[in-house]
Amino acid sequence: MAIVRLIVNRLSLELAFRYVLGRRRAMAMSLLGITFGIAFFVVTQAQTSGFEAFFIRTILGTNGAIKVSDRFQDMDGTVSRTDQDGRTRFSFRSREESRYTEGIETPHLLRKALSQFNGITGISEILEGNAILDGGSRSYAISFHGIRTNDHISVSDLGNQIIIGDLSSFESDKMSVLIGSRIAQRLMISQGDRVTLKGGTGNIQLRVAGMFESGVSQIDKNRIYLHLAKAREFKGERFSGSIFQVGIQNPNVAPQIAAQMQETLGHRVVSWQEREKVWLDVFKALRVSSAITVSSILLLSGLGIFNVFAIMVIEKTRDIAILRSMGFSGSDASSVFLWQGIIVLIFGIIAGTLLGILATFTISQIPLRIRGIFSTDSFVVNWDITHYFWAILIATIFVSIASWIPARRAGKIEPAKIIRETL
Amino acid sequence: MTSSLGSEIPSKSLLEAFDLRHSFVEGDLTTEVLSGVSLKVEPGEITAVVGPSGCGKSTLLYLLGLLDRPDQGNIFLRGKEVSGCDDKTRTTLRNQEIGFIFQFHFLIKELSALENVALPLRKAGNSILESRKKAQASLTKLGLGDKSHRFANKLSGGEQQRVAIARAIVNSPSIVLADEPTGNLDSENSNKVFNLLSKLATDENLSILLVTHNNELAMKCNRVIEMRDGVITNSL
Ligand SMILES: Nc1ncnc2c1ncn2[C@@H]1O[C@H](COP(=O)(O)OP(=O)(O)OP(=O)(O)O)[C@@H](O)[C@H]1O
Ligand SMILES: [Mg+2]
Repeated sequence: MAIVRLIVNRLSLELAFRYVLGRRRAMAMSLLGITFGIAFFVVTQAQTSGFEAFFIRTILGTNGAIKVSDRFQDMDGTVSRTDQDGRTRFSFRSREESRYTEGIETPHLLRKALSQFNGITGISEILEGNAILDGGSRSYAISFHGIRTNDHISVSDLGNQIIIGDLSSFESDKMSVLIGSRIAQRLMISQGDRVTLKGGTGNIQLRVAGMFESGVSQIDKNRIYLHLAKAREFKGERFSGSIFQVGIQNPNVAPQIAAQMQETLGHRVVSWQEREKVWLDVFKALRVSSAITVSSILLLSGLGIFNVFAIMVIEKTRDIAILRSMGFSGSDASSVFLWQGIIVLIFGIIAGTLLGILATFTISQIPLRIRGIFSTDSFVVNWDITHYFWAILIATIFVSIASWIPARRAGKIEPAKIIRETL
Repeated sequence: MTSSLGSEIPSKSLLEAFDLRHSFVEGDLTTEVLSGVSLKVEPGEITAVVGPSGCGKSTLLYLLGLLDRPDQGNIFLRGKEVSGCDDKTRTTLRNQEIGFIFQFHFLIKELSALENVALPLRKAGNSILESRKKAQASLTKLGLGDKSHRFANKLSGGEQQRVAIARAIVNSPSIVLADEPTGNLDSENSNKVFNLLSKLATDENLSILLVTHNNELAMKCNRVIEMRDGVITNSL
């Protein structure tokens, strides 16, 4: 109701505009505060969530959404319960109490069972193990992943992660290997070189078909891919001991699917969210803390606006008194000041959003070499409308409070008292 | 109809006040500023209110202009009791029926003379165009037709006061309450302003209640009300 009256009150809006124009400097400062507040908010969120999204993409592209590993005898490991809406949900109670058997014993049966689940995009059987990679002059401890090429590209981004060489030459040569980019650097080996894998049932000679870079440095300096059959031979296990990497259509529901799989398959099933929880929590903390920090800019500009408006109301008491004497109501007087807040807010939102977009774009172009938990060559930004929504919401709250208090005071001015005091 | 002072009394007077009392409270101290003032204002008349400083002239004017409420007594505008009305009605009445002129011009410096004068019309709901047309006419009446686009602070003191008068009369009020409108002006400008007011009174059948310290001007009015210590001592 009050809002409708405010909107309809065009005369108050016109007066508000004049007052804003009459105090250009103070208003420009207020505007700048909101503009920068919104822009900074958007930019920092774009960055932190950008790196987060990048990390998630990389993780999904490399280790997949879901991993099925050791078989276990469930001792109350999983609990299922039925909601009011009839859907069954699963949750883990405690894995610690279960007894594990390392790896998958019956891959064929498990693969069949897995393919029964909805939303599965691919299943890749992997045999993992540790070994020493000898590049001739130097050797290096690595973890090998035995894969079937076509299965694995259906659950990962390996195809796009090859930076030297290509997947087809790996696929066609059963004695070849794909090496993490940083291993290649350290061992100073290049495509086509011969390397020796040591530490298994016997040494095997492999040809380097190419190098991959996942972006996750832990993987790039530690992992090699070879053919599943070769890995089995090297490890000396014919069928058991492997794990499954499962791709799903909607990675967001991985925890629920993982819980269901664990319940039905009797194997340990871990979603990427659970697997990367530590990092995901770090990103979340970063995102929230930067939001809080940057909101303080908006808080400060809110205080600035409050200050400007409070002084303005004092400065304009005479105007308010005469307006009241010629038939303006108290709420008319209030709305003149509310409108000023709205004007500054609207311009601040427009300018802040534009500046935010511009700054986000500019930052995404800044070359920046990161070789930490993941690698990138420029700032990673995430364009997300919700960042703008939150920035605008916070700005609106602060500005509303900042203009509402002085506006209320303006509405309470007693005209007779002011006129009496003015000579 | 007996005058039980309910809501209406039969009266030909434009404005009537009965036994107005008003006091200010400061801490424990209560000062009675008006101690029973009654008066009538007839259409088309200029009435001067004179008296020593502090006798309550301005206070009386604010009560009659519905800017303040009396502690006791009644005010009738066109026979209708108004001192007890709610704020909304009083606000509307100030817009429709009453014009104010004060010693200080109270022009809004962010607006041009024309925009200042147009404000009461805009508030009354007139369109921008209509308001501007009437405001221009009002300014022309006061000899400021050519200065209507000047901003308030780019006018001389006398001109500012004339703009304030234009604003007071623009919405065709039935009564103008003027509290020492010439108080800040030299004698030449004072006379000019007074002559304009008296011309408006006759031309537009406007009632004017004029508080003044200028005896010369007071003598030129249709009536003079003398006040002392919160009461009317003489009404000529
Ligand atoms: N807010 C107030 N609190 C207490 N006393 C007040 C207040 N306002 C006015 N008064 C007193 O009320 C009395 C009447 O004041 P008012 O302004 O009506 O006088 P006036 O006749 O208009 O005087 P002047 O000719 O100097 O303008 C004065 O004595 C003044 O001191
Ligand atoms: Mg006075």
